[in-house]
Amino acid sequence: MKRRGFLHAAAAFGLAGCASTASIPAKARVVVVGGGYGGATAAKYVRLLSDHRIDVVVIEPNAAFVSCPLSNLVIGGSRSIGFITTPYGGLARQGVTLVQDTARAIDPQRKTVTLAGGPVIGYDKLVVSPGVELLFDTIEGLRAAHDSGRVLQAWQKAGAETTALRRQLEAMPDGGVYAITIPEQPYRCPPGPYERACQVAWYFRNAKPRSKVLVLDANPDVTSKGALFKRVWSEQYRGILEYRPQHKAVAVDERAGVIKFEVEEDVKADVLNVLPAMRAGAIAVQAGLNNLAGHRWCGVDYLDFQSTAARDIHVLGDAIQSAPAMPKSGHMANAHAKVAAAAIVAELSGWPVNPAPMLTNTCYSFVDDRRVIHVASVHEYVAAERTYKAVGASGGVSPGPSELEGRYALDWARNIWADTLN
Amino acid sequence: MRMARTALLLAAAWLALPAHAQQEALYLRTLAANCAQCHGTEGHAAAGSTVPALAGRPRAELLALLKAFKAGTRPATLMQQLARGYSDAQLEQLAAFFAAQQR
Repeated sequence: MKRRGFLHAAAAFGLAGCASTASIPAKARVVVVGGGYGGATAAKYVRLLSDHRIDVVVIEPNAAFVSCPLSNLVIGGSRSIGFITTPYGGLARQGVTLVQDTARAIDPQRKTVTLAGGPVIGYDKLVVSPGVELLFDTIEGLRAAHDSGRVLQAWQKAGAETTALRRQLEAMPDGGVYAITIPEQPYRCPPGPYERACQVAWYFRNAKPRSKVLVLDANPDVTSKGALFKRVWSEQYRGILEYRPQHKAVAVDERAGVIKFEVEEDVKADVLNVLPAMRAGAIAVQAGLNNLAGHRWCGVDYLDFQSTAARDIHVLGDAIQSAPAMPKSGHMANAHAKVAAAAIVAELSGWPVNPAPMLTNTCYSFVDDRRVIHVASVHEYVAAERTYKAVGASGGVSPGPSELEGRYALDWARNIWADTLN
Repeated sequence: MRMARTALLLAAAWLALPAHAQQEALYLRTLAANCAQCHGTEGHAAAGSTVPALAGRPRAELLALLKAFKAGTRPATLMQQLARGYSDAQLEQLAAFFAAQQR
């Protein structure tokens, strides 16, 4: 392997002098853009699967990881933001170098990443796990309404906006209306909006029983765990939560508190939670990796998650063009990351890439503060079609909500946070 | 310094294996990583997790559990749905992998 990677700012980051052996990939450097479920897992597993022979640098602006999964519990009020926050120190203990900054530009020819703070970092392999960018301008008035803090999304990143939405709900008088709009598929976390609606309804039932939750869905029906969610809504939240399909939001009037739709009548609400269409995160767009689905998602070779637009750049998580039946979820991003990390270790070692990778997905949704439903699936790489397919006999959903699955969901969270970050 | 020495020792052990064995070990670790989201990295579950750790448990016990989940003879919330996604040969590899991990 010809080493082309270099680091202009080695001294600034204290990267020089890392222990490494004289083996082939000993001096290889993997740079990871984004410390979410995909990027952090990739960083950890490149270290783990290379037996710590490959240097890894993670570029992430946040000081701590705040989980989107379970963040709806913060909005419902049964958990605090601290519960879903994990410091990045565990990655440092794996020997990963953390750079708290934002990647501003990628140069696939020179194999460099330029940071917002100025430094340029060279890579042998780049992992881009940028999450999603919300397309505010697809809904008239939404960008201004969001910038003013009046209309929140709390979807792109858990954190300040999660707690801000919670405060809006707390400030809303009893008898008010919370409305959430859902974009057409594909979007990040298919069951997430329905779980959020459950959490807000649970809060209203206990604290503001004359209030209402409106779920305004651009899709023709509930996109995930549909029968389960509908049963919960009719059994637990009758009279509080109303579901309306075929409601594609096109405009927001923040002063009047009104959402306008393509076909259906306007809806007035006190707390507006508008989720516009999404695409791959901004840095993927800057680098020209968003080459599919009308420039919304990044095409990858599913065998190693290498971009179909640029060599030696691997794209993970919600930003990719998903294979059939593959949800955009944190669990799936973690699974992508492991296949990509193994492929990177193999490629840098001069070995063939695993010809038969597998992925799993498990997604838990809280229907109140304790009871949970799940959807699970196993996906195998089908070489003849160069894609993943759900294994025929595998997968399924819960028979109904249960507290046992509530305990497992919390265990899932603690274990995947450790698997991703420690 | 101690970490650097450990890394060197690990690398030495790794390099002592023939390339083919290293590749197979990498593929198996990656397959087993599909269990880690719920059961912890390489089978080491978080402290207090009711979802059990897998590392260092007897191979035969793990294999019997996986086969029972796959056959639907052992009640579960989702393990029956996941176990059906893997071939018997893969379940045997997974049982052997986790049995070989230190507790």
